[in-house]
Amino acid sequence: MLTQATQPATTPMTALELAQQLKARFPGLISEPSEFRGEITLKVGDAERMPEICGVARNELGFDYLVDITGVDNYGDDPRFAIVYHLYGYGHLCPLRLKTDVSEEKGEVPTVTGVWRTADWHEREIYDMMGLRFRGHPDLRRILMWEGYPHFPLRKDFPLAGKPTDVPEVAFTQPAPLEGGPFVTVAGGENAMSREPRVRVPEPETGSN
Amino acid sequence: MTTKTEMGYNSKVEGDVVVTRLDAALHWFQENLDAGANWGRKNSLWPMPMGLACCAIELMATGASRYDISRFGAEVMRFSPRQSDVMIVSGTVTYKMALAVKRIYEQMAEPKWVIAMGACASTGGMYRSYAVLQGVDRILPVNVYVAGCPPRPEALLDALIKLQSMVAKEPAMATLKKVA
Repeated sequence: MLTQATQPATTPMTALELAQQLKARFPGLISEPSEFRGEITLKVGDAERMPEICGVARNELGFDYLVDITGVDNYGDDPRFAIVYHLYGYGHLCPLRLKTDVSEEKGEVPTVTGVWRTADWHEREIYDMMGLRFRGHPDLRRILMWEGYPHFPLRKDFPLAGKPTDVPEVAFTQPAPLEGGPFVTVAGGENAMSREPRVRVPEPETGSN
Repeated sequence: MTTKTEMGYNSKVEGDVVVTRLDAALHWFQENLDAGANWGRKNSLWPMPMGLACCAIELMATGASRYDISRFGAEVMRFSPRQSDVMIVSGTVTYKMALAVKRIYEQMAEPKWVIAMGACASTGGMYRSYAVLQGVDRILPVNVYVAGCPPRPEALLDALIKLQSMVAKEPAMATLKKVA
């Protein structure tokens, strides 16, 4: 009864059907839906078209809730970065994931704040942590680190221990004392085991860079 | 007049004695004043609750009725540094917060003390990372460190009692700031 207004009276949509509809609206731009543990992922070929695609997903396919936007640093790959949009619709209760790639040289994608206003902080966080810029964002400032901090800490080539910085009267950082110690990340390691921070005897030539 | 003075008190002979007695009296007075001031100070340590993470929840529990920090005269949590004596740094001090913590400490009136509550405030704890100050003692003088993640209220009360015994031994009068 309550969902009468938002849920169509016809058979309920599945995420796969919605993904197929979205794909049909942009022929050649969106990949075949892939399913993992009941969740549908679409890969978008051109990051520049994301606001348009998201607009259709929201206004025509009922994805009224942007759950999250995340950035992924696939260090060593080309294109290096990926941006992942998690969508959800309170009318049809279906989740959908959109992925798109951004190269390191470009490092810029158009904002989707015009589609979902909540994208504002998500995009600021990606900018803060990954250094990817969002063109057209109304207020693209750092959100967790302070203005003037020069690094992007979640990039894989940023050391876990941190780097020294100083913005007088604002904030400073120093490398943590375990720099080079047991919990070290190795950027560009050959598998997830060698890349993630874990206890290992520090070796100067670890990984295959 | 001169004769009277000579009769009652020969300053050439007894001058030193009088001065020594006055000095001893002053000394006695000062010692007792120290004890008195310290007694007052240690039983009314007003905390500045610098609650920055989960340790602050234990700090609140310490202030609540079950553990009741007012048994030790420290229930007057002052959210103004101007009115507080002991800063309880309870939680993770990030670099973004570090200089703010330092400024608040500097705003506190002398005499002032610091308790670093929990692993994060003491050493950075499990956060060996780019964002966390590796121990608040890098920017402030810390009097008592409390181990634990987070420490139980009993541990904080123990730290408070230890701080009280430290305060009791301080030369309170000698460390007063001289007014020009």
